[in-house]
Amino acid sequence: MTPLIPEHGAVFSPRGGTPDARSDAAAFTGLGGASFAELLAHSSPGALPRPAGTDVGPLAPHGTTIVAATYPGGVVMAGDRRATWGGQIAQRDVEKVFPADESSVVGIAGVAGIAVELVRLFQAELEHYEKIEGAPLTFDGRATRLGGIIRANLGQAMQGFTVLPVFAGWDGRRGRIVSYDVVGGRYEEHGHYAVGSGAVFARGSLKKLYRDDLDEQGTVTALIQALVDSSDDDSATAGPDQVRRLYPLVYVADAAGVRRWGAERLEPLVDDILAGRRSRPDGPGAPLR
Amino acid sequence: MSMPFYVSPEQQMKDRAEFARQGIARGRSVVAVRYADGLLFVAENLSATLHKVSEIYDRIGFAGVGRYHEFEALRVSGIRQADLRGYTYDREDVAARALVNSYAQLLGGMFAAVGEKPLEVDLVVGELGKDAADDRLYRLGFDGSVSDDPTLVVIGGAADEVEKALRRDLGGSTSDETAQRTASDDLATTLVRAVAALASVGGRRIDPAALEVGVLDRTRPQRRKFRRLGAGEVAEILGEQR
Repeated sequence: MTPLIPEHGAVFSPRGGTPDARSDAAAFTGLGGASFAELLAHSSPGALPRPAGTDVGPLAPHGTTIVAATYPGGVVMAGDRRATWGGQIAQRDVEKVFPADESSVVGIAGVAGIAVELVRLFQAELEHYEKIEGAPLTFDGRATRLGGIIRANLGQAMQGFTVLPVFAGWDGRRGRIVSYDVVGGRYEEHGHYAVGSGAVFARGSLKKLYRDDLDEQGTVTALIQALVDSSDDDSATAGPDQVRRLYPLVYVADAAGVRRWGAERLEPLVDDILAGRRSRPDGPGAPLR
Repeated sequence: MSMPFYVSPEQQMKDRAEFARQGIARGRSVVAVRYADGLLFVAENLSATLHKVSEIYDRIGFAGVGRYHEFEALRVSGIRQADLRGYTYDREDVAARALVNSYAQLLGGMFAAVGEKPLEVDLVVGELGKDAADDRLYRLGFDGSVSDDPTLVVIGGAADEVEKALRRDLGGSTSDETAQRTASDDLATTLVRAVAALASVGGRRIDPAALEVGVLDRTRPQRRKFRRLGAGEVAEILGEQR
């Protein structure tokens, strides 16, 4: 007997007209799981951050230094504002530290275009999980997932599209920092961490300035000092730009959530730091012993 | 060999509608109503974890009645569609209308498909506008029927009675009056009114712990405007106003 009415399969079939008809239809099929990245890979793989071509890595702008440090009440992440394109400055006010969700932040050094897309994917992943499961992922769950996203980018990393993230947040009891390598391996960092082209200088600076009993203001100060030290020796890292009033990106994650330090808070701090360097250009000195 | 009986299409549709309606009527109702700062969803729900009310996207909320596993699947597919759109284009490009159309297609298709059982669910999708005048509530029936209402939608078991009680309480002999009151009353007043309407069926008293309450709150500074009201907060509001 011929059915009078078409099978319901027709409902799932792509409707013409809209460019994302395919993804709409796929969204209604019975895909399992709460992962947005998997859903995207299944329904519209073209939307994944996957550039075509090889060895064009050096042609794409790079974001540079990111530093992070914990303090008793939370964790701070800061980044300079420069993106470079070979020896040129591609952008002076680039943003490479982002809130990942309402209790964690992520910063990414490396090829800017890929980094921004990976962050967007990571943010979507966390929100998607939270909405479907009704509860946010744990801090460790989020850190693991970011590692997975970086690992999925390994093919691009081999072509020169390297990105290195650092993840930090409030896990309910304390501020934590997680670093990654290019193959997605994740490592818990204690105290402070730096990544990107100027990381070597920033880390040296933080080793001398960081103390684990600093407060939020003190931690932000130490991180900005480290970025200034880094910009002193690394051409790809920018110091604070007083002329344009472009200050480092500073995000704090604590029990109250994630917030960004606005220019009105950073300006006096940066002015103070730079004024101090007029008498001692290398920045504050640490005691010998 | 037996010959299949002839059943007229009209009769077939009637039987299917009756089947779905009976399934839905077994459950309690859900009220979705506008208030000054957003949209309020109130569900009678004994479970604290199996939600009837949920967030779909920044400004879009969802509530379902009927078979849990069916409206849960629809909820998840709605979140998938919204997140895919928001990721592919921009967060601002995610609109309730597209979602409602997809739901209507799916429900209508399942209702008409010979080999399938119709879905035993009714849904309400709410979209928060820039101000109260732009708020939208869409009601989706098990057969794919869609209607929109700027002020209130009731779905589930005793939907008609609850809606009648709520409209009466809003003093609205005219829809203009209802529109005015729902656009100016605060959350507490609106919640009390919604709960009273739910309780009016059978003259019961509803334990605040058995209520699931969610709002799309325009005053929330975050991009995501959906927020659940905890049992404590609900009990406090209902206690104060009694």
